[in-house]
Amino acid sequence: MINVLFFAQLRETLNSQGVELNIDTPCTVSAIKNALVQHNPNWQTHLNLATVLCAVNQTIVDNQSMIQDGDEVAFFPPVTGG
Amino acid sequence: MTALININVQTQDFDVAKEYAALRQNNTQDGAIVFFSGLVRDMNQGQDVKGLFLEHYPAMTEKSLAEIVDQACTRWPLSRVRLIHRVGQLHISDQIVFVAVSSHHREAAFEACHFIMDYLKNRAPFWKKETTPQGDTWVAALDKDTYALQKWDEHDQ
Repeated sequence: MINVLFFAQLRETLNSQGVELNIDTPCTVSAIKNALVQHNPNWQTHLNLATVLCAVNQTIVDNQSMIQDGDEVAFFPPVTGG
Repeated sequence: MTALININVQTQDFDVAKEYAALRQNNTQDGAIVFFSGLVRDMNQGQDVKGLFLEHYPAMTEKSLAEIVDQACTRWPLSRVRLIHRVGQLHISDQIVFVAVSSHHREAAFEACHFIMDYLKNRAPFWKKETTPQGDTWVAALDKDTYALQKWDEHDQ
């Protein structure tokens, strides 16, 4: 089970705070995105934007990073703090 | 040198004078303190701003700030680092962020403070949503913030 979270504008656009995903692990971040698009096809454009960032267990990673069972995977737009 | 590091993510305001005094207290070794404070402007990206809401990713925020400060401590000989970032509802001219570093010499203090802000702008999971007369809008990330990181890479070479 993978706990997926969405933040800020992405959370609003997808109209979801996150989902719990059943997927064979280990898998890549890209595989998680594909599974999310299968879950809701309307999410495809938004999740596949080049600007969308991904954090696994609260550390920013790239699309090829591997996900293990029980990981927390967050997707969010570029950050704008400070 | 192990730096004394103090990081907070909070809704409440902070007192710059108190924070500055704390960096000076019992600190006879340092010759330089540099601090930066970020404020809410009344105009951003061409729009009137009435206030803003700062969202964050609570489980990740302090962890990412700690990583940024650790990087700064690896690059420069810092004695003390104080970092405060506010979240939640803020109004015009409110304080958003405070970064202060204390070091033996000013070069390290200036550069480390600048480095921490540049990385915070690109890596720490905060998002601003501004209240404007046209409604609430998410602040767009700026390319200049991304480019700002490049100078620290070049710095290494």
